[in-house]
Amino acid sequence: MAETFEPKITAFVCNWCTYAGADLTGTSRIKYQPNVRVLRLPCTGRIDFMLLAKAFSRGSDGIIISGCHPNDCHYTSGNYHARRRWMVYRDLMDFMGIDTERITFSWVSAAEGAKWAELVNEVTNKLRAMGPYVEYKEMVAAGVE
Amino acid sequence: MELREKAKQLLESGAVKAVLGFEAGTHGRRRPLFARSAEAAGRLVWDQGCEQNLASYVTRKEVKRLGRMAVAARPATLRALLQLMAERQIKEEDVLPLALDDAGQVTELASAQAIEERLALEPQQIPAKDRELMDRLKAMSRQERFAFWQGELSRCIKCYACRSSCPMCYCGHCTMDCNRPQWVPVPSHALGNQEYHTVRAMHLAGRCVQCGDCGRACPVDIPIHLLTFTAEESVHAQFGQGAGASAKLDYALSTFRPDDKESFIR
Amino acid sequence: MAETYHLPQASLDPLFSVILASGRRILAPTDRDGRSELNPVTSPAQVAKDYVQTALSAKGTVFPKVEKLLSYATEPGKVELTDPVPNALPTVLFGIRPCEAAGFQALDAVFNWDYRDKFFNARLEQLAVIGVSCTRKDDACFCTSVGGGPGAVKGSDILLTPMEGGYLAEVLTEKGQALVALAPDLFNPGNGVDKAKLVVDVPAAFDQPALTAKLPALFDAGLWADQALRCVGCGACAFVCPTCVCFDIQEEADPRAGRRLRIWDSCGYHMFTLHASGHNPRDTQGQRWRQRVYHKFSYYPERYGMLGCVGCGKCTRACPVDMNLREHLVEASQAQVKP
Repeated sequence: MAETFEPKITAFVCNWCTYAGADLTGTSRIKYQPNVRVLRLPCTGRIDFMLLAKAFSRGSDGIIISGCHPNDCHYTSGNYHARRRWMVYRDLMDFMGIDTERITFSWVSAAEGAKWAELVNEVTNKLRAMGPYVEYKEMVAAGVE
Repeated sequence: MELREKAKQLLESGAVKAVLGFEAGTHGRRRPLFARSAEAAGRLVWDQGCEQNLASYVTRKEVKRLGRMAVAARPATLRALLQLMAERQIKEEDVLPLALDDAGQVTELASAQAIEERLALEPQQIPAKDRELMDRLKAMSRQERFAFWQGELSRCIKCYACRSSCPMCYCGHCTMDCNRPQWVPVPSHALGNQEYHTVRAMHLAGRCVQCGDCGRACPVDIPIHLLTFTAEESVHAQFGQGAGASAKLDYALSTFRPDDKESFIR
Repeated sequence: MAETYHLPQASLDPLFSVILASGRRILAPTDRDGRSELNPVTSPAQVAKDYVQTALSAKGTVFPKVEKLLSYATEPGKVELTDPVPNALPTVLFGIRPCEAAGFQALDAVFNWDYRDKFFNARLEQLAVIGVSCTRKDDACFCTSVGGGPGAVKGSDILLTPMEGGYLAEVLTEKGQALVALAPDLFNPGNGVDKAKLVVDVPAAFDQPALTAKLPALFDAGLWADQALRCVGCGACAFVCPTCVCFDIQEEADPRAGRRLRIWDSCGYHMFTLHASGHNPRDTQGQRWRQRVYHKFSYYPERYGMLGCVGCGKCTRACPVDMNLREHLVEASQAQVKP
């Protein structure tokens, strides 16, 4: 029997909103697909774009980045800075030909357990259909004699 | 020649310790000249070949040691000097920009305000052939763009001529030099090249004065300046802010508006 | 052991064919969007027609910009260490200049000095060089000032010099003979042509032995700092240089697997001599520039009995700020030594 591809997804989430929201998903016993590895940061403002690059270079097929809704950041403005960073990063990545369809940004609050599950399922299904990020993996292996 | 006369005057009066301009080089190239005497000032030239952004020197310690310096400046150089003042890397009184137009007419700009006023006369524009290539790339599919950049970056040897020639890359300890942790791989394999150039472009977003020196410096002719141009244009289009407009810092990535508009966050 | 032949122009195509058929790849300068760079070719038509030199040197064939030295994988209780076999493809370098060919000897001096570097040697063993003499030069060239010349044979296994109807072909080594033996009929008997008349004239720019003798006394001179004022401290000169051999070793690893890589390094970088204590014996660009010159023109002669420079001028062409090595050396030759 052929092995079907299961995407590896790395999620960078903020402690106060999305991580708590994901926790709520669990305590609410809402099921979602297990492909995501959740990395907890204090705030989306802490997310350096280099972390996203690391996720891809370590074998992720897709990335989720999620935090508090604008105006609700636990540290007041971290998510505003993050949003600006992502707006520029996305343009640059697209210009360099990186597949921005594989990167999903969202705001998920601590009360949105259902939204988290919905988001993860949707992203997982989308990435499963897209297949592994072969281009990137080939790039990671290239250029060494 | 006006620049030479002005340089001699400034040196003789002691107003500056050196005049940083250009002299004739190999194969008809132009190269930086630190004129510290009347004789050296006599070698200064100014023409279409004088493209390099000399602002990259004013933050180097060996150059700072020379003392107050006049700098032959195109608009991009003036923008870089303003941005360096905004980022507190140089003081207004440390440099004396000599704005030069294509006809060789020299104007001393002794204050940040004078520089701002001079820049307001000319809208900032990237060269036509760079615009054409950027448009051509944007019209390609994502996969074609990826193939283009992978092909170009495969030639990269990580010599850092791009970083070294950029006036905004003045960090004494660049992120590339950090090895605890080693954020970006040092080797010039495909991943190391991809990540380095991504990091550099992002660290220049909102700070790049679009002089194009990085691309000019590249010994293997990678149009690397298009990456920083793109990051800068993205900042300008989305936030209305940009590098080199003022000696007062207005950095897009350390400021925000609660109503910044985007279309991709769920 | 040099044997001289005439290689007709028409012989080039079949020569390339037999070389490729023997399982070797051919690397040659090619035109790519206005650049001259070394690439694999399958016919002489693909070789660049009108080039002085390539931007990068050919040293990448024996000393790649990124090279794996070892790799490992771990499992609980077990480490599997792999010594890679150097991926040394049988290669013919066609069309590099005499200056570049001479560079291999300077690399060999370091890579076989006190330890025989297996990676370098494996690649060098598989490499044969068919050099092509120079009928053109530019402002950056100064081969004749450093013991080379537009038709110099050092480092080539076969040296071709363009002439009427084809090339003067000098077969200089056993490797060269092995290539001729693939198709000896392609090579006609030599006819006593004077090579000096076929190559471009490159007047010597400075007296190198005199400069080398003078350098120790110039160590503290202010001219190095002055020359280096415009140097931006990148690695372009070191990386394009056929003789520069400094390397860094980088390890890329996680708890499960890793690899150790050798990569090019440059003495022009601020971090090149930065100590862990924070002290840097070459803290200014002037000191680093001086080191570059001295390594090539003083320490190499002292240690290896040869120069670390072949006068190709690639550094000058690659430098973003036109640090013209020949000019700087001429200035040093003329500098007064303080008593």
